[in-house]
Amino acid sequence: MRPVAIIGIGKTAFGAFPDRDLRSLAVEAGEKCLTDAHVSPSQVEAYYLGNFAGPSFVGQNHLAPYIAGAMGITGVPCTRFEAACASSGSAFYHAVSSVAAGLNDVVLVAGVEKMTSQTTPKVTEILAGAGDTCGEVRAGATFPALFAMIARRHMYQYGTTREMMAAVAVKNHENGAKNPLAHMRKVITMEQALKGKPISEPLTVFDCSLISDGAAAVLIAPLERAAEFTDKPVKVLGVAQTSDYVALDQKDDITTFRAVSAAAQKAYKMAGITAQDIQFAEVHDCFTIAEIIAIEDLGFVKKGEGGPYELAGCTGLTGPMPINTSGGLKSKGHPVGATGVGQICDLVYQLRGEAGERQLAKHSLGLAQNLGGSGATAVVTILGVA
Amino acid sequence: MKSGIVYTETVVHAAPEQFVADAPYQLAIVSLENDGRLTVRVDGEPVIIGDRVDFIEDRNGIPFFRKA
Repeated sequence: MRPVAIIGIGKTAFGAFPDRDLRSLAVEAGEKCLTDAHVSPSQVEAYYLGNFAGPSFVGQNHLAPYIAGAMGITGVPCTRFEAACASSGSAFYHAVSSVAAGLNDVVLVAGVEKMTSQTTPKVTEILAGAGDTCGEVRAGATFPALFAMIARRHMYQYGTTREMMAAVAVKNHENGAKNPLAHMRKVITMEQALKGKPISEPLTVFDCSLISDGAAAVLIAPLERAAEFTDKPVKVLGVAQTSDYVALDQKDDITTFRAVSAAAQKAYKMAGITAQDIQFAEVHDCFTIAEIIAIEDLGFVKKGEGGPYELAGCTGLTGPMPINTSGGLKSKGHPVGATGVGQICDLVYQLRGEAGERQLAKHSLGLAQNLGGSGATAVVTILGVA
Repeated sequence: MKSGIVYTETVVHAAPEQFVADAPYQLAIVSLENDGRLTVRVDGEPVIIGDRVDFIEDRNGIPFFRKA
């Protein structure tokens, strides 16, 4: 297997953009990425696109060649990957596989979602399609409801509190306020977070990530060719994708995402490191409880200790394990199909030392964790300075 | 009659489009006696983790339970 490097990145701002269509967002991210790597469209050998529900949100199918063609990329494999909120994490995993195997050299990987043209109840319904529509969804479950039930059980088993969950939101908004590409650039207080409008008890609006439009892209190539394109290559040290049951009621223990811990163990093994070597991470905080469970499943803290660790401020920019320096899905925004590749871009900003006022002191080894649905798909990626 | 214990629960305020008229409503995952788990709607008195619940009926394919 050949070592793989990230040679370029590109992101749109995340937000609500009524005058932008899905394709224009994906093209903007892709073109920024090609410019970053000084690569022309004719050099791209494949286009891997993560998108959850373009057909439902905007009525467009056959998205990968539709977007690639608009960038002048034709005559190559262009494929859309769907794995709920882990769609572009999955696209990245498969793109790395193809370059590592020697099938392609220069591959553009992207993610896009255009969500804000639908009403919130309609968005809620479309997102619920990532759950079991013959069971939990039929009974009236939404994604906030599924994560609310996870939160209730985590509170019951481990004593996790609403303050601990609110601490995740406060910290992520603090980081996102400093991120020029974030959707909601404002700080919130603990009191605001606790008194938010109830969405699905015990979760309030401040426990939930945002409904956003946006796109992100990365360009990958064999590490041995990286110097042709960039003087700041980033090495893909480990990447793994795993799965679990879709329905929450089929899982033995809903306070852990087994797919995440399995993907993490595979990625750590591939990189030849342990959880304790990771310096910072972007994790999938679709809901505040998901960040608490993620840091447990990734092995940064012991099971049940995620909440107290967050409340103690250990995951802030100056803490021992900075989590979501981008602002996370909570503040940066969550255009679901763009989130996985967006997280990878956010790691690269830190690794290259381009994170502005959010720049960490230690920034040579980072991890991204992307979750699909209530844990049926997980992708874990470990990146390091090449 | 099917009975079980509430494994977890939530009260849904922001409902999907087809259930907006029902909100707020309680949803629970119930551990059935020797029969795995099921996601159900709760009718009547709200329940918490550990409560015993009994099956009432299926309404439009949705199993409804209530506190025993």
